[in-house]
Amino acid sequence: MLRYLVFRASQLILVLIVVSILVFVFTSVMGNPVYLMVRENATEEEVQAAIEYLGLDKPLPVRYGIFVKNALRGDFGKSYVYHQPALRIISERFPATIEIVIVAMLLSALVAIPLGVYSGAYPKNFFSKSIMTISIAGISLPSFWVGMVLIFVFSLKLGILPVSGRGDVGVFLGIKTSLATVSGWRHIILPSVTLALGSLATILRLTRAGMQENMRQDYVKFARAKGVPRKKVLFGHALKNTLIPVVTIFGLQLGGLIAFTTITETIFSWPGMGKLLIDAINSADRPIVSAYILFVAVMFVFINFVVDILYTIIDPRIDLK
Amino acid sequence: MQVQVKTSNALKGSAENSKLKTFLSSEFIYNYKRSPTAIIGSIITIVVLLTALIGPFFTVQNPYDMSTIDLSDAYKPPAWIEGGDSNFILGTDQQGRDILSAIVYGSRISLIIGVAGTLFASIIGITLGLVSGYFGGRVDALIMRMADIQLSFPTMLIALFLMTFFGRGIGNILIALCLVGWVRYARTVRGETLTVKKKEYIEATRVIGLPNFKIISKHVLPNVFTSIIVLSTIQVGSFILTEATLSFLGLGVPVTRPSLGMLCNNGFKVLYSGLWWVSIFPGLYIMLIVFGINLLGDFLRDELNPKLK
Repeated sequence: MLRYLVFRASQLILVLIVVSILVFVFTSVMGNPVYLMVRENATEEEVQAAIEYLGLDKPLPVRYGIFVKNALRGDFGKSYVYHQPALRIISERFPATIEIVIVAMLLSALVAIPLGVYSGAYPKNFFSKSIMTISIAGISLPSFWVGMVLIFVFSLKLGILPVSGRGDVGVFLGIKTSLATVSGWRHIILPSVTLALGSLATILRLTRAGMQENMRQDYVKFARAKGVPRKKVLFGHALKNTLIPVVTIFGLQLGGLIAFTTITETIFSWPGMGKLLIDAINSADRPIVSAYILFVAVMFVFINFVVDILYTIIDPRIDLK
Repeated sequence: MQVQVKTSNALKGSAENSKLKTFLSSEFIYNYKRSPTAIIGSIITIVVLLTALIGPFFTVQNPYDMSTIDLSDAYKPPAWIEGGDSNFILGTDQQGRDILSAIVYGSRISLIIGVAGTLFASIIGITLGLVSGYFGGRVDALIMRMADIQLSFPTMLIALFLMTFFGRGIGNILIALCLVGWVRYARTVRGETLTVKKKEYIEATRVIGLPNFKIISKHVLPNVFTSIIVLSTIQVGSFILTEATLSFLGLGVPVTRPSLGMLCNNGFKVLYSGLWWVSIFPGLYIMLIVFGINLLGDFLRDELNPKLK
């Protein structure tokens, strides 16, 4: 276990080094921030002063060193738009994003796993086949389009749900969250349904595949032969083993969901990290973009780590090396 | 699946002709004819491709040609709704562009990006996968570490970041798609190469002294081709979706070459004023394209994946 932790920690560091170099190279090669600072007809000296102020006169490796040193202290510079430290703005927006991700996750798990188990257990029947075809349609749907349709139907035509924004924020266990108010819940429904659809189809298909795989195993045949009723074999034996890959997929989907919040939040004007990123990209707010990339990089490595640990808890056969 | 790979040459001679017959009476074709989803998938895909190919001859406008567009046609709803114009079946947008024409032209861009992106990504990925699997050692370790790191990030997010740095443009999207798409090919091809490499016929080619390049291209590659076909079908669909999403966010194609995703972006601006047709129809068409491709891909995966049989 200790060896595994050391291995993971070194992997984390490797990932961060690679990502930081990429972010640094891209942000320093693309565009020239000097002209964002000086006035239009600046003199040679003014430009020079700006270059020195930004530290652009130093060689690239030195600049990378400074970038890393500052990043380690959580300093990615101040946002060009909000004039506040980039990392602070991102962490302020973080809860809003996690909210819709969690609700979307629960939604897709509650719908996808039962349906996946059913269609895996009875693959030949009409209902299962329809589920599978519908799930292909689900994978083929662009999530921004789903969001637009939901807005049009539920907000504009029927007028039963709000169009955009986060609604009232209540305090629950010391955390400000929309999940503590009725208005918050009304606002969260459409974005999280939009977000859930893609992962719902994926989880469904994987649960089904796992279920089918397990139904062919000897232990299932043995249990049936010994007289265990079919239902009990399904949910007592096969389902347990099916859930192992589903947990991994959940971890990966979590990452995917966070990525897709950029789209969902943009459509529903949800004030989370995703919308922040898109806004930052459109206004060339470089500190926010670099801080966001490194922030999610750390987050993803952490998610993968947790998934691996969960793996060993669910399946004692797996030994982390 | 050797048989299927060779069908393109099947018409060359009578000996080859019998191969075609074998193919047509194979289990693959038998199952295909009995799979409604596969047939529906093929029909959708063929219709979509034909529309992109010859559709522009039948549209009422050329969305790139400003002279065919009349501002007085703006804000027309679809033809079956009151106030609609039978010239513009799916209505017009805020600049008087016909939605149907825009979809036909836009689908060309979406399809080209999807197919070309898959082609380039597969070339890079297959090469790296073959090298990695065949030679092993340090090269293999390096390539697979790179793949590991990349796989810990969602594809969509990597594509988004790349486009942030590259800026809009069809070429840039293709580069971004290559950079995100190679991993799955490299992994799959590497895995298969490892198994094929151990087979006796590969050993035989070594014994007779064939150069590595020839062994890989003539003997390993054809045997991993099945997985590549399956993977590519699904990849085209997912690339079309990725491109649409990027363009919707304003990070994809340039405004002058609107793909289907870009049309949705344009339509989203007027959705709140009730002009739903400007964004809903292009999105629906994206779904139709990807749905058709995925139905086919699903069938191919079930049929060509020996593990499931």
